[in-house]
Amino acid sequence: MSFFEGLRFRRVSSPIHNLDPRIKFIYACAIFVIAILFWEFLPLAVLFVIQIPFVLIAGVKREWIRSMRGAAFLASIIFLTNLIFSFINAGYTITLSSLEYALAMTLRFLVLIESFSIFFLTTSPDHLGLALEQTHVPYEFCFAFTTAVRFVPVLAEEAQTIMDAQKARGLELEKGNFLKRIRNYIPILIPLIVSAIRRSLELAEAMESRAWGATKKRTNLYVLKMKRNDFVFIAITVGILAAAIFVRLYVTVPHLEIILKGFT
Amino acid sequence: MIEAQDLHFTYPNGVEALKGISLTIHDGEFVAIMGENGAGKTTLVKHFNGLLKPTLGKVLVDGVETTKVSVASLARKVGFVFQNPDHQLFSETVEEEIAFALKNFGFSADIIEKRVTWALNLLGLTQYRRTSPFMLSGGERKRVALASVLAWDPTILILDEPTIGQDYQQKEKLRQFILQLKAQGKTIVMVTHDVEFVAECNPRVLLMRGGKIVADGEARKVLTNPEILEHASIVPPQIAQIFIQLSELNLDFPKDVIDVYEAREILLKTLGRRNQ
Repeated sequence: MSFFEGLRFRRVSSPIHNLDPRIKFIYACAIFVIAILFWEFLPLAVLFVIQIPFVLIAGVKREWIRSMRGAAFLASIIFLTNLIFSFINAGYTITLSSLEYALAMTLRFLVLIESFSIFFLTTSPDHLGLALEQTHVPYEFCFAFTTAVRFVPVLAEEAQTIMDAQKARGLELEKGNFLKRIRNYIPILIPLIVSAIRRSLELAEAMESRAWGATKKRTNLYVLKMKRNDFVFIAITVGILAAAIFVRLYVTVPHLEIILKGFT
Repeated sequence: MIEAQDLHFTYPNGVEALKGISLTIHDGEFVAIMGENGAGKTTLVKHFNGLLKPTLGKVLVDGVETTKVSVASLARKVGFVFQNPDHQLFSETVEEEIAFALKNFGFSADIIEKRVTWALNLLGLTQYRRTSPFMLSGGERKRVALASVLAWDPTILILDEPTIGQDYQQKEKLRQFILQLKAQGKTIVMVTHDVEFVAECNPRVLLMRGGKIVADGEARKVLTNPEILEHASIVPPQIAQIFIQLSELNLDFPKDVIDVYEAREILLKTLGRRNQ
């Protein structure tokens, strides 16, 4: 469950935590767009490194490393499949460019995880809901969304308890062939789904008994307002995005081959 | 026999849940582990069947270190009934639910059949044999969970909060049941907040606080010591409260009484003396 750890919010105060969630979301989306613009190794590596200062400023290094470690397994699958396919495409030889392509695709994935884990690690679910609400998304959707986000760690914890309970009854998840292993997860999934449904029904009752939807217009305790830091951060984001688009359009990005030649 | 030697455990998120626990639970002993929320009770018992492995120190079950064997092989010996039955029920019928562990342990079909019938009968669930466990009430689901563990007849039984959500009658049945298992020579470890229930069972009590054991002894000694109990955020059972207050009046009452019948005898004796 270490992958979910990376998405778990911890309440601390830092310049990044205090930013307007809308701005942070724009940032995560901008990085997402840039990551898709490039398929070379160098710019993606730059994109990966460029975000590390934000992690350090936010003081979420440990959680971030944990989420990256959680992503490592998926990343290695992405790397291997890309390498195998380009290996077959290139006529059963490994070329430097196919290696670069596989590396770049892996990095692209890591960059996405990195930017979104910065977003989720520094934004409380309440803030997130507030941001959605104040961009005039209907409240029902905001609520559904924030509840979903909020319950990810709860479900992850519950899945762990269920796994423990079934292991205590002699279930061995890693036993058997591929099909058997998938079937091993049935005793985990059914209680998880049942309890999620039960929990949602209970939540609905609790919400309704607290006058959910009594008036059309809800008021908020906190109102989001853009501050100086928000403008600085959005300027940085726009700057990175503009630079990336410029590089894509007018600069030829050096391939790994050329970079390596430069060293020798 | 369960032995913990200087057991430390830290969760991956950095929470230090156990800070040096050493204890021995002998065969056939009945132990209640008590303490405030977050004292480390459940963390401790999860070490007994290997679900958690010590960060430092070691845990031995019948002389075998828990880090050396799988949970599944330890489970054969150590049955663990979780607090919330909904965390384990998944089958279409109660019967299949109880057979699940037996299949995992590789019992043959006719033995499974026998054991399931036996366990259903033991917990008064025979009429629900082909009912979906999800259709049962909370207390019944809890009994199904208990039956599904007892079915494979483990020698050590761990019960996490067995009395939660049970009415008085069910609690009394549970108590009888536990004492019956104890009489059969089973080792029983129970994690609970229910002081009255513990007072009625009179087991050995381990009191925990902040990842350490702060008291270990007979229920009648531990549960009648207000200083220790207050330290662990526990209120003495009602009988004990009466006798603690009476003993403060210098009327020569004993302090360590938790049993209703014993209390009755003492009170009758005192009343008789006054009347003469």
